Amino acid sequence: MQYKPKNVLPGFGLTLGYSALYLCLIVLIPLSALVISAVRMEPHQLWAAMTSPRVLASYRLSFTTSFAAAAVNAVFGLLTAWVLVRYRFPGRKLFDAMVDLPFALPTAVAGITLTTLYAPTGWIGRLLEPLGIQAAFTPLGIVIAMTFVGLPFVVRTVHPVLEDIGKELEEAAASLGATPFQTFRRVIFPELLPSLLTGFALAFARAIGEYGSVVFISGNMPMKTEIAPLLIITKLEQYDYEGAIAIAAGMLLLSFVLLLTINLMQRWMLQSRQTEAK
Amino acid sequence: MKNKLPWIPIVLTAAALAFLGLFLLLPLAAVFIEAFRKGIGPYFQTFADPYARSAVRLTLLVVLTAVPFNLIFGLAAAWAIAKFDFRGKGLLLTLIDLPFAVSPVVSGLLFVLLFGARGWLGPWLLEHDIKIIFAAPGIIMATMFVTFPFIARELIPLMQSQGTEEEQAAMVLGAGGWQIFRRITLPNIKWGLLYGIILCNARAIGEFGAVSVVSGHIRGQTTTIPLHIEILYNEYNFVGAFAMASLLTLLALLTLAVKSLVEWKTRNEQAAAVIGGIE
Repeated sequence: MQYKPKNVLPGFGLTLGYSALYLCLIVLIPLSALVISAVRMEPHQLWAAMTSPRVLASYRLSFTTSFAAAAVNAVFGLLTAWVLVRYRFPGRKLFDAMVDLPFALPTAVAGITLTTLYAPTGWIGRLLEPLGIQAAFTPLGIVIAMTFVGLPFVVRTVHPVLEDIGKELEEAAASLGATPFQTFRRVIFPELLPSLLTGFALAFARAIGEYGSVVFISGNMPMKTEIAPLLIITKLEQYDYEGAIAIAAGMLLLSFVLLLTINLMQRWMLQSRQTEAK
Repeated sequence: MKNKLPWIPIVLTAAALAFLGLFLLLPLAAVFIEAFRKGIGPYFQTFADPYARSAVRLTLLVVLTAVPFNLIFGLAAAWAIAKFDFRGKGLLLTLIDLPFAVSPVVSGLLFVLLFGARGWLGPWLLEHDIKIIFAAPGIIMATMFVTFPFIARELIPLMQSQGTEEEQAAMVLGAGGWQIFRRITLPNIKWGLLYGIILCNARAIGEFGAVSVVSGHIRGQTTTIPLHIEILYNEYNFVGAFAMASLLTLLALLTLAVKSLVEWKTRNEQAAAVIGGIE
């Protein structure tokens, strides 16, 4: 059917032109403002602003907490997807719908709620305190907030793949004498790996940029619990535009690398699913 | 050894539900419990406050401006991408996703760099007495940027999966472009479109990071609902903060309900189509 001309429908020029114009006005011109501002800075000045100890500490904190949150989500997201696809229990559909709550709930609401729960006087904070664990106003609190905002990603990428695998593979492995653990590790896990890594990367990318839910629970102490997006705001409030631009440019670069990685992984995911279908 | 281990499903289900309960249900319950901690009176008093009302008004203005623009863009982009083949389609799709990859704070900073007092257009705007940053237009633009992909992202895969046969048939029968869109395409995409609008709406109302950068936090003038929540919370007015938050939480729950409804409808329609032998 390749010869079929698709372009007999009207409106191509108008809709594409409008889309391109709107994209330029709202997205590309503003983004280029940041890129050009960063490039126009003196290279040594840009480098100094990007690598000052406080900025490096914020990058390190953002990176490690995001990584930890994405790892927690990889484990529990996989578990959640598995349970939602494989087992039947009352309230399953409700839980399935609730998984998307962090997509829909404003980050500021998540922020104040988690802080209230994990503060030393809060419902959970009160239980943690005798154990010597302080969650709010420490990096652990940041990880908790980032875990919340990244929760849907792994579940939503793994869920459809798991549905496709079906029980046949497992039953075949079991009939060949594999233990459930062996079946999971050797048969199911390799099938899930591309989608699991994609979900991990999406959750990680989201956590790196997150601001609203983290800023309440983190305590915002310079060098200790100050994430990179917060430092941008601090610099802006001090009218240190160059400092803000440098941190933002670094973050933008990291986001693009992550976006590229995610695109490649999604292609890999699609390929492995297509070869499986054959 | 035949590995019938009946306790595995129970343990796994319990662990998953404990995780979801801890991270989703408990915060959800906490919002409402904190909001009603001092009873119904103080809860509703929050909304009588003039600052709260102006925050609601500004948020409505922002949403009613940003969402329609993103809706028109979403429809136009989905039509061009799903119904036609052209070079650079992959690039266009990637560019549409860009705002997802950018931190909300960086998104806000972009508009400060363009329109702020020390930004590119700053001196010119100052000369003509136009305020964009620390005023509603900046908040609207930052919101548009952050919620830019939502409707397009919802519609493109949906319209791609539907192909162009129905539209071409209408074309052969002599329908005009607008007629085809209104009579054929729109009914086909209505559920996805509804969810896209609701999700875009929820994200526009709840946007915090980007708006925080461009708003200037002028109480009663440039504070949206999320910024008003932040102010109340930082003033230790927890009942007020959580009362406002409960409003946004209800909106989030509504969004999830619409999503479930849309998924259910599309499944039913697909099933009907299969039974009807159309597929």
